[in-house]
Amino acid sequence: MSDVAVKQKDLTPQVSGAPKPANALDARLDALDLPEGGFTAAARSDALSRLRDTGLPGPRDEYWRYTDPKAFNAPNPQPIPVEDKAPDSPLFADLDRLLLVFVDGRFDAAASSDLTLDGSEISILSNAEGDANHWAKDLYGKLEAAGQNPVSRPFAALNTVAATEGVLIRVTGTVSKPVHILHRREAQDADVNWHHVIRLEEGAELTLLETGMVGARSNGVIEADLAPEAKLHHIAAKRAGHQTVGTTAIFARVDREAQFRSFTLSVNGTMMRNEGVIEFVGDDALGHIAAAVLGDGDTGPFHHDDTVFITHGAERCESRQVFKKVLKNGAKGVFQGKILVKPGAQKTDGYQISQALLLDEDSQFLAKPELEIYADDVVCSHGSTTGAIDETALFYLRSRGVPYDRAIVLLVLSFLADALEEVADEGLRGEINDRLEAWLTRRAGKRG
Amino acid sequence: MLKIDNLHVKLEDEDKQILKGVTLEVPAGEVHAIMGPNGSGKSTLSYVLSGRDGYEVTDGTASLDGEDLLDMEPEERAAAGLFLAFQYPVEIPGVGNMTFLRTALNAQRKAKGLDEVSAGDFLKLIREKAKDLKIDADMLKRPVNVGFSGGEKKRNEILQMAMLEPRMCIMDETDSGLDVDAMRLVSDGVNALRSEGRSFLVITHYQRLLNHIQPDVVHIMSNGRIVKSGGPELALQVEEEGYGDLVEAG
Repeated sequence: MSDVAVKQKDLTPQVSGAPKPANALDARLDALDLPEGGFTAAARSDALSRLRDTGLPGPRDEYWRYTDPKAFNAPNPQPIPVEDKAPDSPLFADLDRLLLVFVDGRFDAAASSDLTLDGSEISILSNAEGDANHWAKDLYGKLEAAGQNPVSRPFAALNTVAATEGVLIRVTGTVSKPVHILHRREAQDADVNWHHVIRLEEGAELTLLETGMVGARSNGVIEADLAPEAKLHHIAAKRAGHQTVGTTAIFARVDREAQFRSFTLSVNGTMMRNEGVIEFVGDDALGHIAAAVLGDGDTGPFHHDDTVFITHGAERCESRQVFKKVLKNGAKGVFQGKILVKPGAQKTDGYQISQALLLDEDSQFLAKPELEIYADDVVCSHGSTTGAIDETALFYLRSRGVPYDRAIVLLVLSFLADALEEVADEGLRGEINDRLEAWLTRRAGKRG
Repeated sequence: MLKIDNLHVKLEDEDKQILKGVTLEVPAGEVHAIMGPNGSGKSTLSYVLSGRDGYEVTDGTASLDGEDLLDMEPEERAAAGLFLAFQYPVEIPGVGNMTFLRTALNAQRKAKGLDEVSAGDFLKLIREKAKDLKIDADMLKRPVNVGFSGGEKKRNEILQMAMLEPRMCIMDETDSGLDVDAMRLVSDGVNALRSEGRSFLVITHYQRLLNHIQPDVVHIMSNGRIVKSGGPELALQVEEEGYGDLVEAG
């Protein structure tokens, strides 16, 4: 299926379907406290005019067919009680890291580390806005804007317009410790728009961790700009509240020999849409994006959508998408993944796998893999599977004395292993695996 | 130890009778072999005894030391002391061999009301047992059976057997796909486990495995029944003459 003409600069994103009331977007915008002035002003104004062109998405839009945007379009989020303390200890708490805490989307300086980290410049969006010469001026909203073509991403544009808070990180060398962004939720009705900008200079390396609970509704954007030979390891393990809704979009521009790796762990949440947009602009670069998703409809509806677009615009780049979803009790998973190989992007190596493990017959997985290739010497492959627990493996474990529920936990971890492998750091991977195991064990045997 | 009486089994989803009245008793400390042509029901017997889904027992009984096996979940049978060495050991990516074995061992101990084995003690124990089977540290760390050769998989089965210390071991064509050296390693492993309190039911097509693992009794199975039982010489007779006459005699 082709919906792209990569050479046509003036191609506007297509938003088709039923006409939406002209005031839907206005109502959405009116409910927000839009920031004014500051170095982001021009970018915000540009994003607003783009957003007015595309409007908010409707269910008939090509990339919103499987996910109803209603909850994201509504002017205000549904208030959701703040859950008691998380059942698990905080992730990465024992790690030597630079901690940045946001409460209902607002930066909490008192709970955060000092912003000084060798080899980097770190600032907070709300504090930096007044700096007319801030380095992020050339990036804020820029990668998001570039990522709107050929597929429009209205909520990312809305985010650029409305984001009040975020982290701006510029790395010039290899930093001594990871930067950890921790979200906390206190208000029942927080509608959080966060926007991080990451710039890695030539050869720089950063590990960025994201954890915690964001808001009743959240809309997050990361713009990551990787100069030649830079390396970004992004690991998100955000704990959604059971009824929360949210969208995220990560835009990565990856230059020569740079390496971008992103892994997201998603559990719970009613309605999640995560978009990944990666563009290779220099040769021999690498971009991996992976997710492990656990959805249980036991505590309410669960819908999780991963939508990825990878553009190979240079030679010999390697892209890899690994998406694994474990669904039960009527949970629904969506994957839309596209690899676009532009003319001249020879020796591209593109790989995509999306798999769902359905633990019962009520759950559902919808996958739409797409390849669009304009170069003749490339290797691109994609696969998608939906299956149940392997009965032979289950019997094997049980025949050794492993009880049924425990055997299911082991087999689910086995299923997710490929996605987890994308977390290169063994310690971090182990911690995430333990977290997954605890969640699975807690919910083992719960059936609707 | 193991007592099977008039066992009748059909496939759950099909109207196909596989076992048509198997009667067999393996006393404590003995090694019994079951031989028989393809399709005679040997593997089905091993699966039914260990509790695999997909089969329906229509008549007869099977018990381990007087406990009704057929009424138990597979993990309960394991905790009761039954072990099946698979013909095709299953690969489980992402689950480390050691994690798997420790989980299994501790689950069985828990079922028996015993304390769990600590990580340190477990490591010591498994290293010791693995050494005898020439299983190196790397194989222990790797995901269960992933990337193992045929011989390594079978050795891994014997390692599990050695760690779990079952009383009744069923070996389903453990010799299939093994070269001479691997067969010797596996057999040595099994022989080391032979004891007064432990019995074996060795299912095989060929007599050669029985050169290494000397059986006390050999049974010939055909068309869902034991048609003849005898001493080790019965296996030699099969080797020389084939199943033809024996099967017809039944």
